[in-house]
Formats: sequence, C-alpha cells, structure tokens
Amino acid sequence: MKNSLSLSLIFLSRPLFTATLLLIIHCIIVQSDANDLIAQTCKNTPYYNLCVSSLRSVPRSSRADVQGLALVMVDIVRSKASTTLKFINQELKRSPKLRRPLRFCASSYDAILTADIPEAIEALQKGDPKFAENGTNDAAVEASSCEDSFQGKSPLTKLNKAVHDTSVVASAITRLLL
Amino acid sequence: MADPSPLLPVSNSLEPSYNPVPEGTVSAGCPATRLRRSKKVLIAVFSGLLVVSLILATINNNSGAQHGDENASLAASRETAKPETLLPAGSRGVSAGVSEKANLKGAGVKDYPWNNSMLSWQRTAFHFQPEDNWMNDPNGPLYYKGWYHFFYQYNPNAAVWGDIVWGHAVSKDLIHWLHLPLAMVADEWYDKNGVWTGSATILPDGKIVMLYTGSTNESVQVQNLAYPADHNDPLLLRWVKYSGNPVLVPPPGIGAKDFRDPTTAWKTSEGKWRIIIGSKINKTGIALVYDTEDFINYTLSSGILHAVPKTGMWECVDFYPVSKTGQNGLDTSVNGPQVKHVVKTSLDDDRHDYYAIGTYDDKAAKWYPDNPEIDVGIGIRYDYGIFYASKTFYDQSKGRRVLWGWIGESDSEVADVKKGWASLQGIPRTVVLDTKTGSNLLQWPVEEVESLRLKSNDFNNMEVKAGSVVPLELDGATQTSFAEFELDKKAIERAAESNVEFSCSNNGGASHRGALGPFGLLVLADDNLSEYTPVYFFVAKGNNGSLKTFFCTDQSRSSVANDVRKEIYGSYVPVLKGEKLLVRILVDHSIIESFAQGGRTCITSRVYPTRAIYGAARLFLFNNATEAGVTSSLKIWNMNSAFIRPYSNEQQ
Repeated sequence: MKNSLSLSLIFLSRPLFTATLLLIIHCIIVQSDANDLIAQTCKNTPYYNLCVSSLRSVPRSSRADVQGLALVMVDIVRSKASTTLKFINQELKRSPKLRRPLRFCASSYDAILTADIPEAIEALQKGDPKFAENGTNDAAVEASSCEDSFQGKSPLTKLNKAVHDTSVVASAITRLLL
Repeated sequence: MADPSPLLPVSNSLEPSYNPVPEGTVSAGCPATRLRRSKKVLIAVFSGLLVVSLILATINNNSGAQHGDENASLAASRETAKPETLLPAGSRGVSAGVSEKANLKGAGVKDYPWNNSMLSWQRTAFHFQPEDNWMNDPNGPLYYKGWYHFFYQYNPNAAVWGDIVWGHAVSKDLIHWLHLPLAMVADEWYDKNGVWTGSATILPDGKIVMLYTGSTNESVQVQNLAYPADHNDPLLLRWVKYSGNPVLVPPPGIGAKDFRDPTTAWKTSEGKWRIIIGSKINKTGIALVYDTEDFINYTLSSGILHAVPKTGMWECVDFYPVSKTGQNGLDTSVNGPQVKHVVKTSLDDDRHDYYAIGTYDDKAAKWYPDNPEIDVGIGIRYDYGIFYASKTFYDQSKGRRVLWGWIGESDSEVADVKKGWASLQGIPRTVVLDTKTGSNLLQWPVEEVESLRLKSNDFNNMEVKAGSVVPLELDGATQTSFAEFELDKKAIERAAESNVEFSCSNNGGASHRGALGPFGLLVLADDNLSEYTPVYFFVAKGNNGSLKTFFCTDQSRSSVANDVRKEIYGSYVPVLKGEKLLVRILVDHSIIESFAQGGRTCITSRVYPTRAIYGAARLFLFNNATEAGVTSSLKIWNMNSAFIRPYSNEQQ
C-alpha cells in the first residue's frame, strides 16, 4: 500500500518536477540575462550592491539598456530626494533650533528636484549624457553640503546618504554612455 | 525681407536614407549584450508558459541572495573593481578630470549660504554672457558686414542645461556685445530635441551657410543646413532652415548619438567643400570627412581624417591652417608648404579641449600629427582650467584666427539657480603657431580688450624674498596684469636636483614649497588672506641640472564656501633660454584667465570668494620658495565694463 502510494506520488510528481525544473531554469536564465547587464553596469559604480538592489527593485530595469538603467537610477534619486524634502519640511516645524541648516537643505533639495533631475533626464533622453553626469554629480554634492551644514547633529543623515549614494551610482552609469 | 533667390544651385532634394530609429535598437551596450538579450527572449517565451507566480517569487529571492557568489559564472569577465580607485564620495578626482562639482568636506568649515551680494558680484563686467539662464557651446562665430556675430547654445528657461536653442549677439569689436533675439529654436522634427552646435562657412560670393546638429524627435543626431533669411540684413536676425533637412544622417557603423558638431568647410584641391564631424568607434575618437559641392549632397570619405584610440567621443572638432612663419591668421581653405594644420577636439570623457599640430594631406583626406606622442586628445590642451567646446573662426576683417571657448561654472547648481545664470565665454583669443618652439600654439586675448583699460599702476623691480607676501597697493575685481618674474640666479645654481616629477595638480598647491617656487600673484585675496587664488610658476630642477617650469592656478583657498570646486590646474610651460617668466592675468569677478610666456600655456578658472569681493579684493605678490628670491615688475590696469546689453535701435 505504502509502496503504491509512494509510487503514485512519484508518478504524479514527475510532470510537476519537470515543470518546476524548467521554471527554475527559466528564472535563472531570464534573471541572469537581465542581471548580466545590471551586474556589468553596476560593476562600474562605487556602490555595487546598492546599484543592483536599486535597479532590480524597478521592473523595467530587466528590459532596459544602459541608457534605460541610467534613467531608472535617476528616477530613484528623484524619489529619494522628494522623500527627503518632505521630511525636511516636517522637521522645520519640529526642530526650530535647526532652522538655518534645514532651510539651507530645503533649497538644496529644491534645486535637486527642479534643476539637477530634469537636466539629467533631458540629457539622457535627448542624447547628450555629459549633462546628466553634471546633474547627478551635483545632486551628490547638494546632499553632502546639506549633511555638512548640521556639523554633526544631522537628523537627515540616512536620507542624505541615500540621495548621495544613489546620485553617485547614477552618475557612474551615465559615464558609461559618454 | 526674405532673400528671393535660392542660396545655392537647386539640386535634387536629398532623399534621406534615414528612417526614424525604432526605440530600443540603439544601445550603448556592446554587441554581446544584445546577443544575450535575444537569447533571453527566446528562452523566456519558451519557458514562460510554465511560470507560476508564487514559485517565481521564491526562486527570485534565492537567486538574488546567491548572486554575489555567482558573479564568476554570470559575468563575462572579472574586472578589477573600478570603485576602489575612486576618491571620496562624489569626487572623481582631479586626475580623471571630469567636469563635476566635487565637494570638499572642509573639516570644521561652516557651511556658507550664499547671499545676494556675494552672488551678484559673480557676474562679469566684460565677458560675454546672456542676461540670464544657461549657456554652453559657442556656435557659428563669424564676421559679416561690419559686425562680429556670436551664436551660442542657450536654455531660455533655466540656469541648467536643457531646451537648447541658438542665442545670438553682435559686436563691432568682439568685446562690446549687444544681445539679439534667438536665431534658431527647436521647431522642426529634425531638431526638436535640440538645436545643437554648428559652424558657419562664408562662401566666395560672401553668402553664409550654417551647418548645425539637430537632435531629432527621436534623439538621433543629424546635420542640418540653415542660412540667413536676408543677406542684406547686417544683423542677420532671421534664419531659414533648408526645406530638405537633414542633409546628413549618421552613416552605417556610427551610433545615432555619436554624430555631432560639423565644422566650417574648406575648399579642397578639387574645388569641393570639405567638413569634418567628430564621432567614435567603441572608445576610439575619430573625425569623419564629408565632401560637398552644394552643402546639400555629401560624399562620405572612405577613410577618416584621423583617429586616436582610447580618447572616446570627439565633440566640437575643429580643423584649420596656421602659418609657419607669419603672425597672421589664415582662411580655413589655405593650404601649402608654408602652412601646418591643427586638429582640435573636445573630449566628452574628460571635458577638456585638446589640439595637435600636423600635416594635412588633401588628396587622401588625412592628417598626421607632427608628434604622435602628443596626438589629438592625449597631448596639449588649449587651456588647463575650465575651457570646453571651443571653436575658431577666421576674421577676414583683421586677418586673424580667433578662438571662442565655453567656460562653465564650478560652483553648485543651487547657486546657479539662485543667481539665475550659469556659464561664460572666455575672452576671444587670437591663435597662431609659436614660431619659436614650432610645437605649440600661442593664444592671446584679442587686442580690443585693451580698449577697456582705465588707469594703470606700475611696479618696478619689486623684491620678493623667499617665503614672503607683498601687497600691491590697488584693488578691484576687474583688472588685467602683466607681470614678469626673474629668479635669483645664485639660488638656481645652488638648488638641489630632483628626479621627482612635478605636476600642478598633485603637488599640494601654492602652499607646497620648493627651492625655486612657487611664486606669482595672489588674486582676489582679502586682507587677512582667508581667501585668495594663487596664479604662479614653479621651477623644478631636473637630474641634469635642467630647469623645467610649470604654470599653475590653485583654487584650494579661493573661497571659504564648501560647495565650490577647489582644484589646482596647470601644466608645464616651455621657457626658452634668456626668457623671463611672463604672465598676463585677466581678472573679471568670478573668472580668472592667465597666460604664461605669451600664451604658450593658458589657465582659465572660476572662483567664488565670499569675502574677497567688491572693494575688499586685493592683489599680492608672493614667493613661497624656500631658497630663491624673486624680482618682479608689473603693470596693472583697472578695467572698464563692456556694458553688454540688448541691442536697441538708438545705438550704432
């Protein structure tokens, strides 16, 4: 009885086994092909893991060429900068003592969102990537400047670092397009 | 009134072989990537039928976690990790030369928020800049019917690059500019995504032809023809785009985004017009050659004019003859035994302009450098500071070749947005061959800049002992100085030899002391020397007792602000026997242009002091050498404004 049960289980499981095996192969190959370009691209950036995880978190990365990956990364910078600016505006109400550096940071992040990011997107889309490098490099500088303005007592350290590091990655990716 | 007669003989309208590029076809990836992708598509389709989303998610996570270990099997090759060679976050380092806004985490230096006083000081008095917003490459400079014309890449909407159109200005003397309405905007499908850089050719009958790059509505780079609507209008206000544009599309083998910036045309020995356009094949920078008789139909040369490996994309290429003997400029079509030819390129990879001198073979459409070790892109730069996308033109009214160069900002874009503008043009420079060395050019501000001189101050034989600073009793942020320096001869003989190779950027700037240098001027300094920009010479004594001179500008103390670039620029400068060390410096608010040995080595820098501004800006002589004293004589003029403003009908 047990034998026939186990036999029938094996019999039933074979197509399932085959399907699962094919599935695994499919995923590894599909992932690896997408990973290949993402991996190769990210190897040319100073924060490999951040680069890979950021790009992979966006579905269209798996179908993108290097220019596409650059645009994905720039959009990630934009999103993190936007989050940071919202937080800054909240902090302005909560921490009046930090008003001066917070205001400075607000204008820095405003510039990132209204100047650096649009410049980078336009440059990538229209085909003059060096201006995308300028824009993303500048975003990294603005984030660092903002952090420095607190002289050690920053409530934004994690956020600034996220913007800074993703900007640096985006800049490194645009360099591949030059 | 529009010009009724066609500019050129009517010819068969060009049937472009260009079809709009389907999205996704053009990729910066190398061929292997594209192969892998099509394989992936096949397999994905085949096995896609078996996908169960839950299992998919589980396996995704697994392969993600293992990815780090599987690098060796997935990657094509194991590269040495480039990240390790990068400098502190945000900075690509001086050696990479990337145009960037490096952040200096000044220890304990308080953040310096910019106020309106500091920002408005930065605008120049006599350098070309539009009233506001962003500018980059010079375009189509020319002289016509009594006016110098200058066009430029312009963003009418922001202080950063974008929405690019052609700005326009005129001048009688290359110094006093009057702004005119925009010459060309992005109103055709073939330049919808950018009316980019181009050059003018003046035909023998005096008519003007403009070739420029358009970024099409699908971001393909093509070349277009434009010409003045009315050749009788000396202001050349309105421009017509040829109805059959584009006249050139990327040829086979050339990337759709690697085809831009056509040059001025010159006549070949066969009587055709010839232009070059920069491009690249993988990482080799090249110049494509096209011949035409009507500027509408072109023949691509089977070879290229020249190529240099590992230089990357060649932007804004330029090609022109220089006289071997004379001090005059030459029309672009001049050729012959008394002439050498210069090939110049702007390198996208490092944002610097390079030139090389060589020989042009008109029949073969080829050019060969005199010295391949200092070939295009790996040798001499026009300028060792900020100077890009430069372009020359032949000024037929004065028989000189004049060079324009785009001078970007080196502050933060926040500041640019706050102050509402970004970028300058350098003072136009004449360009001639240095007949004394034969191996480099000489660049010199056009003589018309001297018309701005106000009162002058002479300082004769000032002694500057080793390790001292001498104030010069004058002030101002707008001045031009001519200074000559002589090193104490005994100190030169005594100085120890060194086999350490000096370089401006790697030697700690003006505060690093050597036996025979650095010495020079402290520009835009405040009384306390909390801010100053040294422009200086450093003399190094090599192994066989030979002297090698370097010319540098050090921005590391130019401002207490921590969001401006603080690099040290400069290079070797040839100094011939018997020559004194000579420097000419133009200071015009936030731009400093310095020329050593009559223009053999030039450095343009942008500085943003917060204290050494307005009446507080001072000038000092300095000598930071450990052993040698220096004697210096100077002549310094205060400079008037050029009153650059919009053109109005009341004025001439």
